[in-house]
Amino acid sequence: MNNIAGSKSSLTWIVHITVAILVVLWMIPTVGLFISSFRTADQISTNGWWQALFPSEQNLTLRSAAPETQREEGGLFVIDGNLFDEGVVAKISVWGISSRAIDDYTPGQTAELRKGGTVTVQENGDYRMENSEPFTGSRGSRVFVTATQPPKFTLDNYNKMLFEKRNVDGMGKAFLNTFTVTIPATIIPILVAAFAAYALAWMDFPGRALLVAAVVGLLVVPLQLALIPLLKFHQDIGIGKGYLGVWLAHTGFGLPLAIYLLRNYMAGLPRDIIENARVDGATDFQIFVKLILPLSFPALASFAIFQFLWTWNDLLVAKVFLIDATGQTTVMTARIIELLGTRGGNWEILATAAFVSIAVPLGVFFAMQKYLVRGLLAGSVK
Amino acid sequence: MHPAVLGIITIALGVTGCVGYFYFSNLILDTVIFPARGRHAGRNINYANMIRPWLFMLPALIALGLYLAYPVFKTLYFSLTERIPGGGNAWVGTANYEQMLKEPKFWEAMRNNMLWLIVVPALSTAFGLLVAQLTDRIRWGNIAKSLIFMPMAISFVGASVIWKLVYDTRPAEQDQIGILNALYIFFGGSEPQTWLTIPIWNNFFLMAVLVWIQTGFAMVILSAALRGIPEETVEAAIVDGAGPLQIFFKIKVPQIRATILVVWTTITITVLKVFDIVFAMTNGQWETQVLANYMFDKLFRANDWGVGSASAMVIMLLVTPILVWNVRNARKEMR
Repeated sequence: MNNIAGSKSSLTWIVHITVAILVVLWMIPTVGLFISSFRTADQISTNGWWQALFPSEQNLTLRSAAPETQREEGGLFVIDGNLFDEGVVAKISVWGISSRAIDDYTPGQTAELRKGGTVTVQENGDYRMENSEPFTGSRGSRVFVTATQPPKFTLDNYNKMLFEKRNVDGMGKAFLNTFTVTIPATIIPILVAAFAAYALAWMDFPGRALLVAAVVGLLVVPLQLALIPLLKFHQDIGIGKGYLGVWLAHTGFGLPLAIYLLRNYMAGLPRDIIENARVDGATDFQIFVKLILPLSFPALASFAIFQFLWTWNDLLVAKVFLIDATGQTTVMTARIIELLGTRGGNWEILATAAFVSIAVPLGVFFAMQKYLVRGLLAGSVK
Repeated sequence: MHPAVLGIITIALGVTGCVGYFYFSNLILDTVIFPARGRHAGRNINYANMIRPWLFMLPALIALGLYLAYPVFKTLYFSLTERIPGGGNAWVGTANYEQMLKEPKFWEAMRNNMLWLIVVPALSTAFGLLVAQLTDRIRWGNIAKSLIFMPMAISFVGASVIWKLVYDTRPAEQDQIGILNALYIFFGGSEPQTWLTIPIWNNFFLMAVLVWIQTGFAMVILSAALRGIPEETVEAAIVDGAGPLQIFFKIKVPQIRATILVVWTTITITVLKVFDIVFAMTNGQWETQVLANYMFDKLFRANDWGVGSASAMVIMLLVTPILVWNVRNARKEMR
């Protein structure tokens, strides 16, 4: 018995460790982008996001205040202040005044400036320049420092991407547009599908089995096939590219899953309730509205989440049916693609844009995971 | 008018329209066309009940027919014709298909799609099964599952940005900010690699994104299936002295084979439609083209509806076996 117990506990450890590794592996990509979205452009390009959590040592090129701020102090001309921007807390380990020798001095030492005068730099970035003659020139002197900065995060990126009106890369408008696409495209198919699902589950008519089979078949038809014919159709009937078109398209593409999910769920409702209601003289319409709809809430919620995630995350349908040449109706996914093209290296913009678009589905996901799982289990064709 | 306002109005109109349609058509059927009173009351009720299902299904049938069934045939038609400048289509037979089959880009897309079809479902299902089995035994299993499931909520485009940072490359003299290159250098790699431009291998880096997303799906379904396995079978195996690996592979996996197949086919369909990931990360450059992106290229960049539709038909053709299998299963279940 001892033997078995021993092997079991070591096995449990292996299980714990394997799962932990898998979870970390699955989280790392998202966490990386998430952390990056709170860093400045400089920080992102100097080192990896995994170093953002620790104090980092960086080589910086800083500049003293301009000569025009000098004052006279007992016969000496003096410029003083702090090298770092306001609010920056950093510790200088070495510094220099030439780009070829950036580590000549330690904090507290004094260096001779080439243009005349001296400069003394303290550990916290305080400096004092002294000269017997006035400092000349329009710009301050360069100081090269190696400084250790504590981790620092900023919300500036989000501020800029969401609320700055003049920012051409902004996501504010696209965010609203995405909502405008998503909400009707989620609600309308639910209504249409619920009635059809009730008919397929509880009303008897010839051809019912055939229709259910057809819905199952349509479930896997790639929507790629629908692009050109429908775009042409929309143009022929005068809808063209626009919100109405994209709502209709999402409704059509979402219906097979909606009908399939709802029909399966409704067919599983207890027969007694429905038959009792019929005996009591309720019409089909009353049964549907007063009994079936409330009872089917879990299935309705499951599909609503699916459709919401799918329409929110969609790129292809929006690109084909919605976004016209003016670009006024662009959605977030399409916006991100544009940014990938024009701002490929600016990770602070890309990361923030991506997280603005990811945040809402993630919120829905964590709040309603139960229904999502239930829907997946019911939705995969068995 | 602001589109959001327009959206709210459309929701209101759409919802009242839908409810109104169902309510009034039902009312008219019962009171005007076949009133349940007078001499033919009984007959009328029967007639009304025969028509009502179709009334309930009409909007759905129209939408399904128009948005899914009709386009299949229309695309088939487009794939056999050629647009005439000024409008209309001319019949060209199989010329579009012949032209497509001559294009190296098409064969590249086919080859890559086949790779995707093998690798993504296999890895997603395997990882999903592994996680489902392992998390079943531990206390924090649900949190672990939730975290691995999370990428399901992230758009393909969002995921592409996330993974582009993972694959990012900086010049050799700088610190790497992409974690893959950082690890590569840390473990003795000489030069930072531009992962997405290395032919053949870059396909696998793109597939990783979809595997990352789909594993959660596989895990959820397979985890439910594993829970459904009768305890007695496992207990009997333990009594007979089977080890954990034997129990897993010889007792559990065979019992959930049907579910594994479902997961596999579902992911297969997703793979066939995969477009966003390739479009966002490489746009088919460096030999990473796939069918869906090839089709998009033909339709909207080259504006060639003929060849574009032909490649859409190829995707349809690849989906058809699964479609037939699903329909047959569904019909079996109905009986």
